Amino acid sequence: MIEAQSLRKDFGSFTAVKDLSFTVEPGQVLGFLGPNGAGKSTTMKMLTGFLAPTSGTARVNGHDLVDDSLAARRCMGYLPEGAPSYGEMTVLQFLQFIARAREILPASRDSAVNDCVEKLQLKGVLHQPVDTLSKGFRRRVGLAQAIMHDPPILILDEPTDGLDPNQKHEVRQLIDQMASDKIIIISTHILEEVEAVCNRVMIIADGELKVDDSPQGLVARSRYHNAVSMVLDEAQKAASVLSDLPEVAGAEVSGRELTVFPASDQLFSAVSNAISQHDWKVHELKLEAGRFDEVFREITRGGMS
Amino acid sequence: MSAVTTVLRRELAGYFATPVAYVFIIIFLVMSGVFTFYLGSFFERGIADLDPFFRFHPWLYLFLVPAISMRLWAEERKSGTIELLLTLPISTFQAVMGKYLAAWLFLGIALALTFPVWITVNYLGSPDNGAILAAYLGSWLMAGGFLAIGSCLSAVNRNQVVAFILSVVVCFGFLLSGLPMITNLFSGWAPQALLDAVSSLSFLSHYADISRGVVDFRDLLYFVLVAGFWLAANVIVLEQKKAD
Repeated sequence: MIEAQSLRKDFGSFTAVKDLSFTVEPGQVLGFLGPNGAGKSTTMKMLTGFLAPTSGTARVNGHDLVDDSLAARRCMGYLPEGAPSYGEMTVLQFLQFIARAREILPASRDSAVNDCVEKLQLKGVLHQPVDTLSKGFRRRVGLAQAIMHDPPILILDEPTDGLDPNQKHEVRQLIDQMASDKIIIISTHILEEVEAVCNRVMIIADGELKVDDSPQGLVARSRYHNAVSMVLDEAQKAASVLSDLPEVAGAEVSGRELTVFPASDQLFSAVSNAISQHDWKVHELKLEAGRFDEVFREITRGGMS
Repeated sequence: MSAVTTVLRRELAGYFATPVAYVFIIIFLVMSGVFTFYLGSFFERGIADLDPFFRFHPWLYLFLVPAISMRLWAEERKSGTIELLLTLPISTFQAVMGKYLAAWLFLGIALALTFPVWITVNYLGSPDNGAILAAYLGSWLMAGGFLAIGSCLSAVNRNQVVAFILSVVVCFGFLLSGLPMITNLFSGWAPQALLDAVSSLSFLSHYADISRGVVDFRDLLYFVLVAGFWLAANVIVLEQKKAD
């Protein structure tokens, strides 16, 4: 369990994180979302004990991050921003160093290294210096390093940055597999990633917690939530007809695309009735769950909070 | 302790995985040879000892040790690995010691590789080998003093060139603090006690006897204390400013 209380970090006169409090329980995959410079990485650096907070405290599985830093660090795996590793070492040497540093007993060191080599498919580059690897491989070496000691808490700063779509998918699967009994915190600015792997989202902007919700709850804040979108030729005409329905709160047209906003939860059936009544040629029809990017923009630009 | 050896092993392997180790060792050996045989007039003196060899070590270390130490922490900062290293279950003190000891051991290896000069002097005459061994030890300890200064200053910022220049300047100050050039800065306004304190900090005066094979325990202790002081400062610098 992670308990953060009024975390604050100042760099000179600049306040990177202001008064951040939250707790995270095992089984939660928490996504830190926010624009660049919002304080995501700084928060992660405090949670992993790299930076001491200017004020406030954080406890990891009961260990204070300042007073009992080493014990706290032992429960955590951390992928720092940019996945740094020692470039002159080969992947194998690097992972063996991590195994030793993570205090894995000599007898189980090889199997621990092999396990994470397997999980992140690093076998082919085992004997290459890290410096010569592509960005995607480096990120995977960073991930391997973080999960090596099977920590109850994983903190991953932009784990899929620089990976291709297949690799992203694999990393997300990996996170899914580990999620059940761990605490996983990831930071990202890829919105679909949050929807794909997280069951809790915190949006941070200007060093402040703006929203703490589930991805579904976040999406439901969108004005598109439960709206109906369609593509048809006579969008303008359809808009004026639909606007008169009692189930419709409003309609927006852009080109051939028409979006109607709900006044009641019967919207979809009302719209589909109208379509068959008027015999419109509809090329596409969908019920919107809500638009993540729109909610994100609203929140981080201070529209809603 | 095992965390220290873990860091030490990684560091030491790192030296030999890059050209750093080989370039350094070759330059060190060539330079010490040049100093011994040309400037030190090893043959012309006609005395079977290694004074001409050891006498120039402070000047050799003045530039070569900062060349090793400049990367110790500046490179970790630059590449971001400092964040990796200091979030492992390794304390800042253990990390500092691991890296320092690896570099010191590496300097020890370079120093040990000067053994042909020892063979030479034994071939030509019968020197006091005990004195030579003591001088080697003293020289290594002095290198450790320089190295601690460089390690601390390397942690000050992420630029290796800045670290190198700062280290050379501070090492130069320590080297010469017994000479009028430095003491004149203090004489006239500072109390005599301070003047004495400053001049007693000189690496040169503490090393002078050692290089002749006269080992005073206090001289050795001096270098250990200097190293300890700067390494403690190194830990504090890192704790205070990890992020930049």
